[in-house]
Amino acid sequence: MDWKRFGFIALIIAILFGTVVLVGHTASSPLVIITSMLATTIAVATPLTLGALSGIFCERAGVVNIGIEGMMLTAAFFGWLAAIYMSAILNISPLPCLFTGVAVGMLSGGLMALLHAVLSITFKVDQIIGGTVINILAVGITGFMNRQLFFEKNSIFGGSVPHAPGVLPRFSFPFLSDIPVFGRIFDQQLITWAAIILVIVVHFVLFKTRWGLRTRAVGEHPRAADTVGINVERTRYINVIIGGMLAGLGGAYFTIESVPSFEPLMTNGRGFIALAAMIFGNWTPFGAWSAALVFGAAQALQIKLQYFRDLIPPQLAFLQISYVVGLAPYILTMLILTGIIGKTVPPVADGQPYEK
Amino acid sequence: MQEKEGRKWWRNFAEDSISSILVPLLAVLTAVVIGGLVIALSGGNPFFAYAGLFEGAFGSQKALSETAVWATPYIFAGLAVALAFKGGLFNIGAEGQLAFGAVAGALIGYALPDWVGHDIPATLHVPLAVGAGVLAGTLWAAIPGMLKAYTGGHEVINTIMMNYIALNMTSFLLNGPMQDPVLTSVSSRTPPIAESAYIPQIFDGLRVHWGFVLALIMAVLVWLVLWKTTLGFEIRTVGSNPDAAKYAGINVKRTIILTMAFSGALAGLAGAIEVTGLNHRHELGFSIGYGFDAIAIALLGKTHPLGVVLAAFLFAAMRNGATRMQFLTQIPVDIISVIQALILVFIAADAIIRFIYRIRIKGERVVLTRGWGG
Repeated sequence: MDWKRFGFIALIIAILFGTVVLVGHTASSPLVIITSMLATTIAVATPLTLGALSGIFCERAGVVNIGIEGMMLTAAFFGWLAAIYMSAILNISPLPCLFTGVAVGMLSGGLMALLHAVLSITFKVDQIIGGTVINILAVGITGFMNRQLFFEKNSIFGGSVPHAPGVLPRFSFPFLSDIPVFGRIFDQQLITWAAIILVIVVHFVLFKTRWGLRTRAVGEHPRAADTVGINVERTRYINVIIGGMLAGLGGAYFTIESVPSFEPLMTNGRGFIALAAMIFGNWTPFGAWSAALVFGAAQALQIKLQYFRDLIPPQLAFLQISYVVGLAPYILTMLILTGIIGKTVPPVADGQPYEK
Repeated sequence: MQEKEGRKWWRNFAEDSISSILVPLLAVLTAVVIGGLVIALSGGNPFFAYAGLFEGAFGSQKALSETAVWATPYIFAGLAVALAFKGGLFNIGAEGQLAFGAVAGALIGYALPDWVGHDIPATLHVPLAVGAGVLAGTLWAAIPGMLKAYTGGHEVINTIMMNYIALNMTSFLLNGPMQDPVLTSVSSRTPPIAESAYIPQIFDGLRVHWGFVLALIMAVLVWLVLWKTTLGFEIRTVGSNPDAAKYAGINVKRTIILTMAFSGALAGLAGAIEVTGLNHRHELGFSIGYGFDAIAIALLGKTHPLGVVLAAFLFAAMRNGATRMQFLTQIPVDIISVIQALILVFIAADAIIRFIYRIRIKGERVVLTRGWGG
């Protein structure tokens, strides 16, 4: 990561954290505020991190995936559906239901990705259109099934949403979470921990394994890869499906980790912001994670300002309007795409179907 | 189109027409059949459902009028997306441009008489309100156009981001500065516009208004601009091959910005016409989904204005008939979204349709994926 981008990230983080400290300093000490904001940042960055990792897997192999949003939405719905069905029918403790929900979410994300792979790899549909199809299909399927299953009188649950088995538990990192004040950061829910571990795993797979080398070869110069005996189509298929499962895990965050309920369109653009994080991170896992944390901080600012809303001084009254602060991630995304914060280089064959 | 030697022109014409109409028709048919299976699997009777749908869309004068009412914004927005496609740009932002068109149209519609201090004649007020909507849509779309032209920032993500920004800003305006002082159960809406800003209805007692006719005229205009003017030629050249366009002396940056601006103008028009012709105020949430439907309409219509009009009618009939279908058979209207998404799958991957029905035809590909910029 170059200095220009590092400086930009530091500046944005400083502004976001500074605002919250400024607003909340009369209520609690700066250290406590910063720690709690940091903990929130890491948590809300989770779907962005996983979405960006999904994008990296696909695009490093040369397949553009703007369907991450739709894959997340599908996974959010079907993961949640599996969890509440299992809980309602088997009547067992919540944890196995939630784990099943996560697995079903990843599976449904992978299935949507399979469709994207069929469209863009086998049928060589323009990959942006393929991704848009995924997004529209996801809105249709989840909206239809949500209404058909829960809001119709003759449906299985008789027009009401059954009691959900709750959300995934927290895991406190041994020793680190015992540190006074700062320990709060190391006390996160399970998908958040999984996302952080996956950043490291994806980095290792991509840059230290044979599979990663093949993936990058297919994304940079598919013809050369083909010449040395790498199966371009198969590599792309596997990578896109793994990418879909990562997006599915990110989708499960919404209904199994963040809140125990589903709402139509609840992913709210996170899949697209994840793509911006991937681009800003220059298609590397750690770069994408740091960009996801910037977006997470912008979202955490909104949450914390809501918490401190009675303390906001009149000069900063505009911050009370959540619509204004809510714009930050979107504007940040557009700013990143202009490239003024440092040029990024996508994989050379990104978006191009491979013709033998 | 290259001439095929030794064949009558009408044979070429007939073959081209069949190839461009057959695949969309089969795509729709296949999607409707699969949609029927989904209805059957979820416990409904697909034949009753589709009969209800048809009755709701075409069964009476009122039903036909309502279908035309639905088709009006679909034609405008579908043309907006199709025009951008012709220029090699993917305008996913029709949703946001439409919302701002509606906000601007409503503002001029209710506030202008107060600003100038007296009533305004309809011949002036209607064009001003509609023009404000067009301007708002144009400017909102020109921003991603400029970002694309000068920085290479990809218009797909930028227009999506601007949809969310537009959504947030509209919520802010309709709950704040532009909120109707008369509070009812629907709080997020503007005051009603003055009657002088109403677009008149075509027939007494039916909601279909002259905006529908304007939509059809716009389709002809877009066709004329794209195929009969220099600008249209430039737009299509930049769309099919930006490098060739550059070497041919076309100002590619200017063309990209103009294409986005025109596209946004059409989307803004959709919003302003909905306000002045139908709703007579802007309410939060009325436009949810128009932008995405417009993408499906543009692709189903093969980005040709005539195709867009036909596709807009099909989607309008489905949306309009769905309410009746839900009333008669309790199948949620959302099934229409599933069918539309399936249509889109089969249109995007027409190779699937060709494979199922064993059709061999040539077709031009839309190419949009050209890196992310940044």
